[in-house]
Amino acid sequence: MTLIWLRVALVFYAAGLLYALVALTRTTEILGKIALHASYLGMVFHFVSLTEAVVQTGQFAAASAHNSESLLAFLIMVVFMIAYIVYKTTTPGIVIFPLVFLLTFVAATGQQPLVFASVAVKHGWLAVHILMIFTGYAALFLSFGASILYLMQERALKSKRAGGMFSRLPALQVIDDIGYRSLMLGFPFMTLGLIAGIVVAESTYGRLDFFDPKILLSVLMWAVYLLMVFMRLNAGWRGRRAALLASVAFVAAIVAWISNYFSGMHRFIAS
Amino acid sequence: MRFQLIGVNHKTAPVEVRERLAIPESRLPEACKRLSEHPAVAEGMIVSTCNRVEFIANMKNGTGDLREFLREYFATDLTPFESHLYEFKEDEAIRHIFRVASSLDSMVVGEPQILGQVKEAYATARAVGAVRAQLDQLLTRAFAVAKRVRTETAVGSSSVSIASVAVELAEKIFGSLHGKNVYLVGAGKMSELAARHLLAHGAASLFVANRTYDRAIGLAHKFNGQAIEFSRLYETCDRADIVITGTGSPNFIFRPEHGEKLMALRKNKPMFFIDIAVPRDVDPKMNDIDGIFVYDIDDLQQAVSSHVSDRKKEAEKAEAIINGEVDKFHARLQTLDVVPTIVSLQDHLETIRQAEIDRVRGRLGSMTTDQEMAVEALTRGIVNKIMHTPISTLKTAARDPESTTVIELVRRLFNLHTEEEREVAAAKSGPTQSSGKDAGKGARN
Repeated sequence: MTLIWLRVALVFYAAGLLYALVALTRTTEILGKIALHASYLGMVFHFVSLTEAVVQTGQFAAASAHNSESLLAFLIMVVFMIAYIVYKTTTPGIVIFPLVFLLTFVAATGQQPLVFASVAVKHGWLAVHILMIFTGYAALFLSFGASILYLMQERALKSKRAGGMFSRLPALQVIDDIGYRSLMLGFPFMTLGLIAGIVVAESTYGRLDFFDPKILLSVLMWAVYLLMVFMRLNAGWRGRRAALLASVAFVAAIVAWISNYFSGMHRFIAS
Repeated sequence: MRFQLIGVNHKTAPVEVRERLAIPESRLPEACKRLSEHPAVAEGMIVSTCNRVEFIANMKNGTGDLREFLREYFATDLTPFESHLYEFKEDEAIRHIFRVASSLDSMVVGEPQILGQVKEAYATARAVGAVRAQLDQLLTRAFAVAKRVRTETAVGSSSVSIASVAVELAEKIFGSLHGKNVYLVGAGKMSELAARHLLAHGAASLFVANRTYDRAIGLAHKFNGQAIEFSRLYETCDRADIVITGTGSPNFIFRPEHGEKLMALRKNKPMFFIDIAVPRDVDPKMNDIDGIFVYDIDDLQQAVSSHVSDRKKEAEKAEAIINGEVDKFHARLQTLDVVPTIVSLQDHLETIRQAEIDRVRGRLGSMTTDQEMAVEALTRGIVNKIMHTPISTLKTAARDPESTTVIELVRRLFNLHTEEEREVAAAKSGPTQSSGKDAGKGARN
């Protein structure tokens, strides 16, 4: 059943994806509305799917680990919706929707790479670790999406074409605000998530393997994240340079994610 | 009537060309004077705004060419400008001036500033005596036509002026204008207007830097802003989110190196430069710097072009009004010509004379040929004696720039009409009144 709900959610997210694809060529308000409502419904089914997983396993940590892509997608949608409620704009969806669709698609069709057999899953810290890290991811993705939009709007304004001027992209500063706030919001989550991960690893294995690819990449991503926050606060980096850093962090995050397949620690089978 | 007009505007010439022909306000009186003193020119005036430079003249005869004046005044060969120049003569010149004053030729059709600018140009030319007679009539009429267009069509309503486009753009960059600082460099009319719009949309404070410090103080005071000495421009303008430049400076005031410095000082917070000066005050290369957006007067035009189509219909209505007005003015100018006036004065008196003879003929009874000739001679003599002074006055007046007033007075005194006027009057009086002559008499009063 969990998978069925998730697949229903996926269908609704597809509307969001469609919106994202069309919005690249032209902006239509109606489509934005449809995408938004479809996303609401998608989130409801998504939430049902996640809740059911928790109920089935009786363990939040285990459920979330089993459905990690799904959980991440859901959290990204939550962050997107918060941005929508605050800024009344669906435009970050252009970047967010494809990502959410992809994650949900993987979760709804693919085999789960994570097989938890260890006691670690019962550890409360693990739940904190996963939730924190994923919220951090979601915020980072939104920030990345915002910097892409920032670039698009900046180019439209600089090229001085009337179309760019009156496009429905939100004002440059609004996009900047979305990116900045999600960046600032995501950072403590990411940091706390990493700390929680260290605690989990220490208590489970008694040691921390720093050369585990997953951990290495996560630390690298965190370092880039820190650099982004620092450059933003001190030099006011935005636009092109911010987008560049955000893409580095984004790529690091993706690679870190893929490394689940290679990381001994995150397979949780070994010990 | 030998009106000639030559010029460039935002449609025919890019800002690079316009700025080379533009004449700053300070040199305008002298330029008008020189134009009117040109051998081929009787009267002349110059309209020089950021969107157009136009030379308008009442030529002494049909052979003169305004290009000659341009060549002399700018001391340059006109070949590179030739493709940008437009030229109008006679009725076409009249039409063009009407259209310009009515804001139909503006970058933003219907924007109200241009009328004020033409009025100012007219006042300047008048003050130095460059506009005296027929050109005066033309401009006075142009202002009346502009008023008609404004009241009878919707061309001027919901006007998207440069200023409101600037606001729209600023909102695209900053979202809300609340808390944003506006910096005026140069205290001109257009910058003032743009500042007024921005402040009305929530901009927080205003700084004014002007070479004449007193003017900066005056303007700053008006908007509760802060005047800044021009020498402190560079050290203070990092406070500004929006910079409006409109100085008469021949060189760029803001160049890329300033932009880099500003961005460092502002921690890359975006800055919006609105450059309404011609020649431009902001180096267009500034636009390449991250976080800096530069819009010059031509860019603003592009931004508003989409709004223009909405008013096309109203503009057509306005064109119709102008066509009618051109015909009317043409007729009016004819009436103000001396020769036709003398002719119609003679005709008029001759008609009266004939009518009076016919009226009394019955009472005189049958007359011999001698007697008839005597009556003829008597009446003719009286008429000629009466006419002598007015006609010689008219002839002298023709050589005087004030002639139009005298001619008009004579026409009014004797109730003289042109053909067209008589037709109009006849049409107005309706079909019940059969006598065209009577109707014609009534219409003028």
